[in-house]
Amino acid sequence: MVNEREVEHIAHLADIGIEKGELEEFTSQFNAILDYFEVLDRIKTADREDPTLYNVFREDEVTPSLPQEAVLENTSQKEEGFFRAPRVM
Amino acid sequence: MGTPTLHFSPKDRYNAFLTTVEDAPYCEGPLSGRGVAVKDNISTAGIETTCGSLILKGYTPPYDAHVVDLLIRAGAAIVGKTNMDEFGMGSTTEQSAFGPTLNPRDPKRVPGGSSGGSAAAVAAGMVDFALGSDTGGSIRCPASYCGIVGLKPTYGRVSRYGLVAYSNSLEQIGPMARTVTDLSNLMVVISGYDPRDSTTCERPYRHKPHPSVKGSKVGIPEEFFGEGVDPRVASVVWDAISVLEEEGAEVITCSMPSMTYALAAYYVICTSEASSNLARFDGVRYGPPVETHLPWHEAYSERRRIGFGPEVRRRVMLGTFALSSGYYGKYYAKAQVARQMVSADFSRIFNEVDLIAGPTMPSTAFPLGEKTDPLAMYLTDILTVPANLAGVPAISVPCGEVEGMPVGLQIMGRPFEDEYVIDAAFTYEQGVAT
Repeated sequence: MVNEREVEHIAHLADIGIEKGELEEFTSQFNAILDYFEVLDRIKTADREDPTLYNVFREDEVTPSLPQEAVLENTSQKEEGFFRAPRVM
Repeated sequence: MGTPTLHFSPKDRYNAFLTTVEDAPYCEGPLSGRGVAVKDNISTAGIETTCGSLILKGYTPPYDAHVVDLLIRAGAAIVGKTNMDEFGMGSTTEQSAFGPTLNPRDPKRVPGGSSGGSAAAVAAGMVDFALGSDTGGSIRCPASYCGIVGLKPTYGRVSRYGLVAYSNSLEQIGPMARTVTDLSNLMVVISGYDPRDSTTCERPYRHKPHPSVKGSKVGIPEEFFGEGVDPRVASVVWDAISVLEEEGAEVITCSMPSMTYALAAYYVICTSEASSNLARFDGVRYGPPVETHLPWHEAYSERRRIGFGPEVRRRVMLGTFALSSGYYGKYYAKAQVARQMVSADFSRIFNEVDLIAGPTMPSTAFPLGEKTDPLAMYLTDILTVPANLAGVPAISVPCGEVEGMPVGLQIMGRPFEDEYVIDAAFTYEQGVAT
């Protein structure tokens, strides 16, 4: 079970944004779903990896990619061939 | 002489399309001049692709998905992009940011989801073919509710290159049509190896359906007729199974005990993968722009709060929680074990039988706005998620009605035996027609 403070923390981790007014409903829905997930707790954790999974490797070769202009086409915030994003420092 | 075009301006009374292409160009090929509707999470160069979300409003992909490339080369005309639950997260198409799609069989009811727009466009006769994507039933559910045919191919049979990722390990693009023959023709075009999707296999589908279930063994898991399945739906599906029996199949009851865990495992895995996949939607490279003058954390949180609908935010948060340290072992690790249990159940059953059959959905399409509780909505996916967890092919073929609303017969097969699954559906379709 999680409380409103924890849901707020998860929203913060996920950068998803949550308003105070939404917390109660999200929390109760969360708890109903987590309660349903409890069934998984009856399972013992496996001690081995899934044997059907394997990696697919390829040579690390240079191949053509999209032109820079095409990549920048979908933003209005660009500068000298780069994306402009919020300040991180 | 210019490129030929297909004129397309349907009366879209069901809100099936988010975008239409009035004069869609096409070339020579096996599908020459045939209109195909494409789910809005499949990239189409030059045609807006929103995934049913405000966060991608106005986004025009600079490249085509592999399947779109194949369709164009086969002569198909891409006539439009279909409505869907935002990023594929829903089972009714009510989670679209652009309003729900209505069920052509009864516009007061949901068409199912998340490929509800594709199903409605096909069911209403606006197109003969559509592409959907199926992460936990998103092709088969709307096919069942709208009375059309829909296939979730074996994982690895159709390239996901250009499919906007929601849950990579579960989802496949697949064909939707009114007849098994049309569906098969579309599958021929879209399947095959693609070096840009390392999970595809060199297993192209080159098949023409023929009626052949004589001598086949069809397993019926008792869990598919268990609690929560509308007895009227169960009865229609049993009648359909008896048609396969009349055509020469042997019906054997079996059991899939991992069904106890399948739905919970599915929702843990898909939300976990979604929390990572959807991190890219931040308003920097596409979609309505992020506010660049705010501190980054605040800016992204606000952009994503406004851009995503409630179900997407719920699933991203659930996935973030399930993967967070302290809870990873309790949820994600256990879900992976449950997933192996589901695969093991399929392997065991497929040692005894050739096909597995049951209902696609526990009920028929319900009224719009009826299911508002997220968990109640998740529970409707119980019969479709096992095929995604195990990667096996699964088809839904219309098999009758309950109070005027269509019921789907679900047929599943061994991995890479999509041909066999399609043949069984074809046998049923032809058996009923004669």
